[in-house]
Amino acid sequence: MATAAPARRWRGVSDVVRRIARDPMGLLGLVLVALFLLVGLGADWLAPFDPIKVGVARPLSPPSWLHPLGTDQLGRDLFSRVIVGSRIALAVAGASILVAVSLGVTMGLAAGYGPRWLDNATLLVFDVVYSFPMVMFGLAIVTLTGPGLWVVVMVVVAALVPSYGRIMRTATLSLKNNEFIMAERSMGARTPRILLRHILPNAIGPVFILASMDIPAAIAFEAGLTFLGIGLRPPAPSWGRILNEGYVFIQQTPWIIIAGGIPLVLATLGFTFLGEALRDTLDPKLRRRR
Amino acid sequence: MLRYTIQRMGLGFLICLVAMTVLFSVVFVIPGDPAAIALGPRATPEMKELLRQRMGLDQPLFMQLFYFISKSLTGDLGVDVWSGRPISTIVGEALGFTLALIAAGLGWAVLFGVPLGYLSAVRRGSLFDRISGVLSIAMIAIPAFVVAIYSLLTFAVWLRWLPALGAGEPGNFSDQLVHLVLPAFAIGLGWVGYLSRLVRASVLEVLAENHVRTARAFGMPERIVVTQYVLRSAILPVITLLGLAIGSMLSNAVFAEIVFNRPGVGKLAFDAAMARNYPIVMGTTLVTVTLFIFANILADLLVATVDPRVRSRL
Repeated sequence: MATAAPARRWRGVSDVVRRIARDPMGLLGLVLVALFLLVGLGADWLAPFDPIKVGVARPLSPPSWLHPLGTDQLGRDLFSRVIVGSRIALAVAGASILVAVSLGVTMGLAAGYGPRWLDNATLLVFDVVYSFPMVMFGLAIVTLTGPGLWVVVMVVVAALVPSYGRIMRTATLSLKNNEFIMAERSMGARTPRILLRHILPNAIGPVFILASMDIPAAIAFEAGLTFLGIGLRPPAPSWGRILNEGYVFIQQTPWIIIAGGIPLVLATLGFTFLGEALRDTLDPKLRRRR
Repeated sequence: MLRYTIQRMGLGFLICLVAMTVLFSVVFVIPGDPAAIALGPRATPEMKELLRQRMGLDQPLFMQLFYFISKSLTGDLGVDVWSGRPISTIVGEALGFTLALIAAGLGWAVLFGVPLGYLSAVRRGSLFDRISGVLSIAMIAIPAFVVAIYSLLTFAVWLRWLPALGAGEPGNFSDQLVHLVLPAFAIGLGWVGYLSRLVRASVLEVLAENHVRTARAFGMPERIVVTQYVLRSAILPVITLLGLAIGSMLSNAVFAEIVFNRPGVGKLAFDAAMARNYPIVMGTTLVTVTLFIFANILADLLVATVDPRVRSRL
């Protein structure tokens, strides 16, 4: 009996995948995301040159067979930089969303289960954080600390935590007075057990769905902040960095910004299309209306 | 309605106050002396001390916060230590450019997004609907700064149809207008897609309501049904989101202003951040936060004015 459950779950997953692939937009999203993940995970084997090695060819040379996307102003191979850039985008987006989910879920649980004043205070914090234009917020941090990975993480976290926290809070509030929670409490369960064993698993689902739909936004934040020069420091071959360097040479050598921008567009498009298709498939209410 | 207005304003004011405190305390939470940061590594202790005094950093923390908030409330954001000009004047000059950019971006988003969504909804399931659906999602997905760079490349560098950089000659209105086209396109494109999805969904929802069926059953011409009964209530979610749109456009304006080298709040904040000039960054952030909060309140009040259902619930 124990083995039956995972098998059924796998059938459910493959069923969802099949349903997504039936929609051309969903299929495109699926292919793009799979490509992005493959390239990102295998970046070290796929990149033909060292992405940060200077002078593998003449600087600013146009695309050729050896260097399909040309080289940049330091003679680095752009194709390799783009490939390794996908791993950076993947890692940074994944890590910062993970931080945002943990923080948002914790704050939401505390606000929903805790005393009234804590709830109000947390909501006020969410409102305040939400009212900062995020790039401005990033600029404010970078003025004091200088650029770096953690500016990106902080901006993504600040942008996403209020929505995760709010969802978690609402779900916790509605679960808190359910009979099974009261039963658990009357049997002497302590707060951590109630929160972690009973409320968290019941409430976290929507947060995960939302988080998966925020992946393109996180990728865009990383690239955007690095483009401005306030994200990852050079020589990390982030797509934003490639765009930043290509922008300087936009008149002479447009292939640098084309090389840096196209993968970014494809990745965000892929995740968005996949997210839309996933929501249409998983949300029965929407499915009926279409 | 009056009570609602006062409530919303009060909450907005509170949020502004907390935002000020946050911006202020960030300086002290993050290690580093603002005076030393602004002066760079080669400053002498005397220079630092002088600047600390001029920035008011020698006062007790609580007094600093109190002065900062009470002065900000009267519109005094302090004086820029480098140019000696009031920060509120510097930000005010830049704000006009940014507001023009946001107005243009918002204008084009509404002008194209709303009809696109409406046409998709009435031809639901058609080829047009499917294409506009995919296009809208693509517009939402592509980061605005990439749109900015690529439109700069395409229309200014390759085709040379539109000017690449700057905000145009002061006083020459048509020149300024031409310089507005590409940045506004870049920051508005995502919202064209967003509004089109939103309007499509809300038109579909309203079309399925009883009063529309009744109006049709009474033999009312479809044109009147649509304009008087459908569009009027379908447009309300758009108004609610306009405040939000202004917020996201403020963020994207930073990118647009830098890519097109256009004066504005975003460029000002960016240059100040690069020069490690925290008071200016703080001032611009504060102004944009306030702008965003009150734009949202205005949108809510506007909805309450237009929609009798919302008003009766207040």
